[in-house]
Amino acid sequence: MASRSPDKPIDKQQLVAQLRTILSSASIIHETEALRPYECDGLSAYRQIPLVVVLPETEAQVLKIMQLCHRRNIPVVARGAATGLSGGALPLADGVLLSLAKFNRILDLDPLDRSARVQPGVRNLAISEAAAGHGLYYAPDPSSQIACTIGGNVAENSGGVHCLKYGLTVHNILQLKVVMADGELVTIGSEALDTAGYDLLALMTGSEGMLGIVTEVTVRLLPTPQRAQVMLAAFDDVETAADAVGALIAAGIIPAGLEMMDGLALRAAEDFVHAGYPTDAAAILLCEVDGTNEEVSAATMRVRKLLLAQGAREVRTAKTEAERITFWKGRKNAFPAVGRIAPDYYCMDGTVPRKRLGEVLTTISGLSERYQLPVANVFHAGDGNLHPLILYDANQPGELQRAEDLGADILELCVRVGGTITGEHGVGHEKMQQMCVQFSAAELNQFRALKAAFDPQALLNPGKAIPLPRHCSEYRSLGGELLTRPGARQEASN
Amino acid sequence: MIADNDILESLQQQVQEAAARNTPLRLVGGDSKSFLGNSDNGEPLSLAAHRGIVNYEPKELVITARAGTPLRDIELTLAAQQQRLAFEPPHFGDGATLGGTIACGLSGPARPYAGSARDFVLGVRMLNGRGENLRFGGEVMKNVAGYDVSRLMCGAMGTLGVLLEISLKVLPGPEREITLVQERTPEEAIRVVNAWAARPIPLTASCYDGLHLYVRISGVAEAVAAGRDLVGGTELPDSDTIWQDIREHRHAFFDSTRPLWRLSLPPRTAPLALPGKELIDWGGAQRWLLSDAPGTSIRRIVAEHGGHATLFRRGVEHERFHPLSDALLKLHQRLKQAFDPVAILNPGRLYPDF
Ligand SMILES: Cc1cc2nc3c(=O)[nH]c(=O)nc-3n(C[C@H](O)[C@H](O)[C@H](O)COP(=O)(O)OP(=O)(O)OC[C@H]3O[C@@H](n4cnc5c(N)ncnc54)[C@H](O)[C@@H]3O)c2cc1C
Repeated sequence: MASRSPDKPIDKQQLVAQLRTILSSASIIHETEALRPYECDGLSAYRQIPLVVVLPETEAQVLKIMQLCHRRNIPVVARGAATGLSGGALPLADGVLLSLAKFNRILDLDPLDRSARVQPGVRNLAISEAAAGHGLYYAPDPSSQIACTIGGNVAENSGGVHCLKYGLTVHNILQLKVVMADGELVTIGSEALDTAGYDLLALMTGSEGMLGIVTEVTVRLLPTPQRAQVMLAAFDDVETAADAVGALIAAGIIPAGLEMMDGLALRAAEDFVHAGYPTDAAAILLCEVDGTNEEVSAATMRVRKLLLAQGAREVRTAKTEAERITFWKGRKNAFPAVGRIAPDYYCMDGTVPRKRLGEVLTTISGLSERYQLPVANVFHAGDGNLHPLILYDANQPGELQRAEDLGADILELCVRVGGTITGEHGVGHEKMQQMCVQFSAAELNQFRALKAAFDPQALLNPGKAIPLPRHCSEYRSLGGELLTRPGARQEASN
Repeated sequence: MIADNDILESLQQQVQEAAARNTPLRLVGGDSKSFLGNSDNGEPLSLAAHRGIVNYEPKELVITARAGTPLRDIELTLAAQQQRLAFEPPHFGDGATLGGTIACGLSGPARPYAGSARDFVLGVRMLNGRGENLRFGGEVMKNVAGYDVSRLMCGAMGTLGVLLEISLKVLPGPEREITLVQERTPEEAIRVVNAWAARPIPLTASCYDGLHLYVRISGVAEAVAAGRDLVGGTELPDSDTIWQDIREHRHAFFDSTRPLWRLSLPPRTAPLALPGKELIDWGGAQRWLLSDAPGTSIRRIVAEHGGHATLFRRGVEHERFHPLSDALLKLHQRLKQAFDPVAILNPGRLYPDF
């Protein structure tokens, strides 16, 4: 892949003048103080002030911006709501940050087709709110859904607490309009269930803004279940709770959601939102079943029995819709809740086979002791998608580094037990090194060739998600030195 | 029996040699779907010997098997644990293999409600056109590390890689399943199935044969009973056969010498009144058309309605699959180049240009 070499140092004033022929001055931000709010996404440990920020509001403007940047060989990073947790929307010092914030309209909602055509800057929750009147909703529900955009969801293939039953973003979108790196507009997918040729819709989903800028998304809507019921099961140890997850699935039950929180996480959540969680439990499972009235009644009884048989100390069933929402409130606010008990936290996102959950959680707790940093776990247990939250204090010298090292160990542990370094947050800027652990040089080369097919000049979000072979060999050769870090790499030799 | 590793090595060697000699290969699993796509005449690369289930754990809802594994073996193994491939792939012949099923990306009656073949793909191991052994995705439910190459392989007709191993998400089968039948006009049939799909009724298949609308409902017994009351109609004594017959093209409708077209349309598209005979499947999203009408006019009308048309069996069209726009064709050619630079893997099978 040809690597990008900008014309020369970019003449910022000249670029701004050229952008002014496309956008109003108010839609171009270029002064340092005004640029600062754009320096990071949800992973604020990494910051970079962009060269300029542009806020287009029409597809024609996006096309022109991309054509200009293509001609001038200037890199472009797309940005939705910047809730991303892997530094995917981290700007470049010599690049344009293209915010889709003004693309916030729902263009069309068709109840009979069960689909909605929306602009990429529309917030995830706004789609379900607009569809509610028709008895429909958009299923993937990231915990960040009040803020994150559908464009960001597509770029990350985001999941949520209901993905076990209803799938990820990739399973719930029909069509995209995409502006390619060279400023050409293509339509990918359709309102039919498939299109001719390669499945570019699947390929675009989760491509982290590196294959094209999404300017329109058609999502599939589902009928709102007649009823949903949530149960809260308390356990005296984490492994028993983890094993109960596998037991439910083995019994042929696919809950609408199956989430786990460990003691540290559930106590933080309880202090924050008062959801009524049992604060002396070592772990809780939240299990939601939905469907028709009849299905839900039958499933609730089965799940209850099974959880008790699996060693739950207590199983509570939400008695009212208000109580159901309260049970979920603790889970949905778990990240900010944990954010209150430590100056900083670092959220990991590995996925492991369900049967290894118990063992992985135990190993993580060992790592936490070795690195002397607390770890709270709150995660999508039904999918095996972990979110260890590493608590640290960035003002203490060395703590951020220790948190990152601990995080790296956790991700490599996930790979070792047959899982992956990221289930839904993406690789972004953050997990480049772990990509070298999960993929061989030939596989990384294949990714690069694929990227070049879309973006030969490497202008879209360059430097993210796919490491260069050079980086991997540097990382691997560091391995010797890394072994001397406190407690690190010990599992690797086991 | 030859050891698995030897088979793998031999496949890899054959691809590497073909790449070195610039000789096209024709990928063959069970040869049950050779009718599908454009003809290609490379040297056969047989994948049937690369077979066997590598890993199946019902608790994990995942099965991993080598590409040459007979589809039937997979289905029987899953059925023994009350699980199944929820996308209900058609076999189109006794020899159907897992690799061919995924490469063709075909799904059965449950598609509009449960999802398509690609929706259930979790990971693949494959050889690219250089003969490199690569693994993408995995066996876990959620994985966004790197581009989603595994799903890209689904429906690529073997033009981007030789599938070696595939991991699929599997699901428990329903407790109960019934099929209801009622008389409807075509317009009504399309309207009511789409209206039902917008309500919380556990529909899992629907099709219309020109006179009768068939609807399948699956789930726990209580939900099926409630669905039956909402949908109405007469319950068929045997819920299964009709769907299997449609899926495998054994239904009387398919008994014809005329070209068979597959039309993929936005589900609620009104009947198109194309010359010939139509079977409306997938709640309107997939329509089978037996017609002698010229391909260009069929494709024009279908495209005007936001769909695409594949010449599925028989007929004389030069391109079996719906032509791509210039921009998309260019992208396809570049992708082909990225995976198979010397163009030895099933060249022309999907589109004559690559
Ligand atoms: C408290 C909290 C909870 C969260 N919970 C979840 C969860 O449950 N599940 C989950 O999956 N994630 C979760 N996330 C992560 C995050 O919200 C998702 O990744 C989300 O999809 C990001 O959307 P965004 O609009 O904020 O995108 P951004 O952060 O702005 O961007 C994310 C990536 O998408 C690219 N991008 C954005 N818009 C476009 C576009 N229009 N075209 C092309 N590329 C684009 C960017 O370049 C970047 O690479 C959580 C985050 C927080 C802070």
